[in-house]
Amino acid sequence: MWTWAHKFGSPGYFYALAGKVNPWLTALYIALFATGLYLGLVVAPTDYQQGDSYRIIFVHVPSAWMSMFVYVVMAVFAAIGLIWRLKLTAVLAKASAPLGASFTFLALATGSIWGKPMWGTWWVWDARLTSELILLFLYLGFMALQAAMPDRQTAWRAGAILLLVGVVNIPIIHFSVDWWYTLHQPATITKLGAPSIHPSMLVPLLIMAVAFKVFYLSLLLSRARAEILHRERRTRWVQELARSGQL
Amino acid sequence: MTEFLYMGGYGGYVWSAYGLCLLVLLANVIAARLRNHNARREVKKYTGREQ
Repeated sequence: MWTWAHKFGSPGYFYALAGKVNPWLTALYIALFATGLYLGLVVAPTDYQQGDSYRIIFVHVPSAWMSMFVYVVMAVFAAIGLIWRLKLTAVLAKASAPLGASFTFLALATGSIWGKPMWGTWWVWDARLTSELILLFLYLGFMALQAAMPDRQTAWRAGAILLLVGVVNIPIIHFSVDWWYTLHQPATITKLGAPSIHPSMLVPLLIMAVAFKVFYLSLLLSRARAEILHRERRTRWVQELARSGQL
Repeated sequence: MTEFLYMGGYGGYVWSAYGLCLLVLLANVIAARLRNHNARREVKKYTGREQ
């Protein structure tokens, strides 16, 4: 396990492996997006209550799920980074942050666009919306911290602590719709028992969710590769790659 | 086709939501490529300089 972790955690090994895997991930997310969009926009029937406006769900819910998923992933990297000091964790957390912020922004923006015709307003200070907005600020705060502190190691320590403290917000977002029964509707898919959504709508939603996840993974690897090259630019293995024309 | 774009009267909302997603995801792809491009260029600045 430890030899494996160290081998995988070594920047050179990770760089090469990520480079090999990424074209496949790219092809996979393109195929998934194409399928999900076709099933969601063309095949799925019109909703009897919300008409066609409900189709925003196929981008809104996956981005909202990803906004929380990426944050938890970053918090796990933070914990591993603080305890075992694996170099790669900082790289992966830093590469995740703008992606997580993008998903959070999309969840808020598409929710707002959906809210206007359904609730009659772009925004309310509802518990779900407010806690999701705080999530966006946590991402931006982490990114600002990484950019502002001159010493990379100190910046990562501070950022990791911010990430771990901010984890409390995740259950708040998830349960906000049950704890404060305000405007946002409660969970449809992840509630206990059977999801209250027809398979013709559930299938495209799940495909889009997987598409977003693969997209995140692919972009994470790509950004992490750039960050590794930047950090290791003067090391022997990177310079050997450059000299042999493999860069 | 017009009916598909009309989305039962919600076309403006649906397509702006999807358009925004496309824009943000595409921006992320371009940003990642640019970063890799710049990092490679940065590495090559050192190549052959220090041995």
